[in-house]
Amino acid sequence: MDTLRSKIVPVSTILAGIVVLWYVFAVVLNAPFQRDLDRRAGETPTTMEFVARTLAQKKPTMPAPHQVAQNFFENTFLRKVTSARSLVYHSWATLSSTLLGFTFGTILGIVIAVGIVHVTTLDKSLMPWIIASQTIPILAVAPMIIVVLAAVGITGLIPKALISTYLSFFPVAVGMVKGLRSPELMHLDLMHTYNASRAQIFWKLRVPASVPFLFASMKVAVAASLVGAIVGELPTGAVAGIGAKLLAGAYYSQTIDIWAALVAGSVVAALLVAAVGLASRIVERAMGGRPA
Amino acid sequence: MNQPASTKPATAETARQVVSAKSLGLTFQTNDGPVQALSNVDLTIGKGEFVSFIGPSGCGKTTLLRVIADLEKPTSGSISINGMSAEQAREARAYGYVFQAAALFPWRTIERNVALPLEVMGLPRAEQAERIARTLELVNLKGFEKKYPWQLSGGMQQRASIARALAFDADLLLMDEPFGALDEIVRDHLNEQLLGLWGRTSKTICFVTHSIPEAVYLSTRIVVMSPRPGRVTDVIESTLPKERPLDIRETPEFLAIAARVRDGLRAGHSYED
Repeated sequence: MDTLRSKIVPVSTILAGIVVLWYVFAVVLNAPFQRDLDRRAGETPTTMEFVARTLAQKKPTMPAPHQVAQNFFENTFLRKVTSARSLVYHSWATLSSTLLGFTFGTILGIVIAVGIVHVTTLDKSLMPWIIASQTIPILAVAPMIIVVLAAVGITGLIPKALISTYLSFFPVAVGMVKGLRSPELMHLDLMHTYNASRAQIFWKLRVPASVPFLFASMKVAVAASLVGAIVGELPTGAVAGIGAKLLAGAYYSQTIDIWAALVAGSVVAALLVAAVGLASRIVERAMGGRPA
Repeated sequence: MNQPASTKPATAETARQVVSAKSLGLTFQTNDGPVQALSNVDLTIGKGEFVSFIGPSGCGKTTLLRVIADLEKPTSGSISINGMSAEQAREARAYGYVFQAAALFPWRTIERNVALPLEVMGLPRAEQAERIARTLELVNLKGFEKKYPWQLSGGMQQRASIARALAFDADLLLMDEPFGALDEIVRDHLNEQLLGLWGRTSKTICFVTHSIPEAVYLSTRIVVMSPRPGRVTDVIESTLPKERPLDIRETPEFLAIAARVRDGLRAGHSYED
């Protein structure tokens, strides 16, 4: 009952508001083209008929929610998952490269953070470059990475995953630097009184203290990885993936397809963030966290 | 872990001296210029003594304890622990340190917290388990092994941190206002328990406090300190018997010692106004 009142009701209220607003915009944005069509066909529909037509165009400027929902449903549940029209097929292509890139990125981020925390030279030299790396527009770099790697014979999953890595290592590196430096002075003094080695301080104090920071930054990183994978798919010649689906939809003005692919992308993103959240809760429980 | 051969004191005289400080001084360089935290401290603490350091904030009592623990380096004078330098003594794990807060690791259960120094020192599992059981019993925390720190009250957390300091059997216990954050009822109780523990284990205890009754109740010797610069102004030998029930605090003898400590604090010009 509590979850109903505290979560479901507010969320569905906002959702209903968005759907209503969406319909209004769909009618307004599709109206000029519909008026044009009617004029050429010499028809004069009533207002109700006109509104219904704006919501049933084949290539609308703004597809109505039910059109997107229908397209999403058909392409998710009614097609073989091996079909190139299946959203599951495209989502899986994106998901696999997201996960690979996210894994690389997390490992790279942790390695960089450990280096920065333990080596003063790296702290001074590496951090500015890491921050600078994120100011480069990824949309401009992605095609170059794909093309350059293709030239040396690397194609397929790896180039896409590398773009995910590029976007996801940053939050993990920054979060873990903070996490590894989070132990209180008193805890460090305590380890000092035991004459603990640097390795012991690292494994017994710094690493466990950094775990909450790791999961917080992994949540950001996994969403960034997905964006990276989709961006990486845009210049690959549009074979598979949500990015490819978006590109194909844009070529043929299949606006409903584009929106359905966007919905698929959001569903994947939500699943990924939820998975990290679940992992975080399990680890927290195992580490004696106070139940919230 | 290997203990250095020099752990054994050379002569009978140094055997009784656990802590020996000679014209010890420590000056911190701050943005507002140098601050003399300790100036010309001479002090000898014998084996089995319970010595309290008392004084107002900024008198250097915590700094002195940290110098003994090799958490701060003195800028002048010398200090030796069990006949070794402070650094050697720390490396030989000569003391257990209890901080103002319990400083337990929140991701470890109580027994894993007590095991922390034993893990660092590389003791075998079986011996770890035996020591954890023994020290937790010593501080009356039996039955709370699997609990996490947040599940315990402040007093119990501090007892667990004392157990952790006792677990590796160092002869010297350094305690920095360990009960300062606790309410008076819990504090009385823990004082009584600490005294019992000291009686049973014959450890040497250095205890920092700013409570006069606590200092007088616990100590065999009270070191009165005063600030700017941090220095020792008086050392008072307690005439109280070793057996001390809580109501000893109402006896004239106790009150006389407390009055002397108070006079010592006042004579140190702690608060010019």
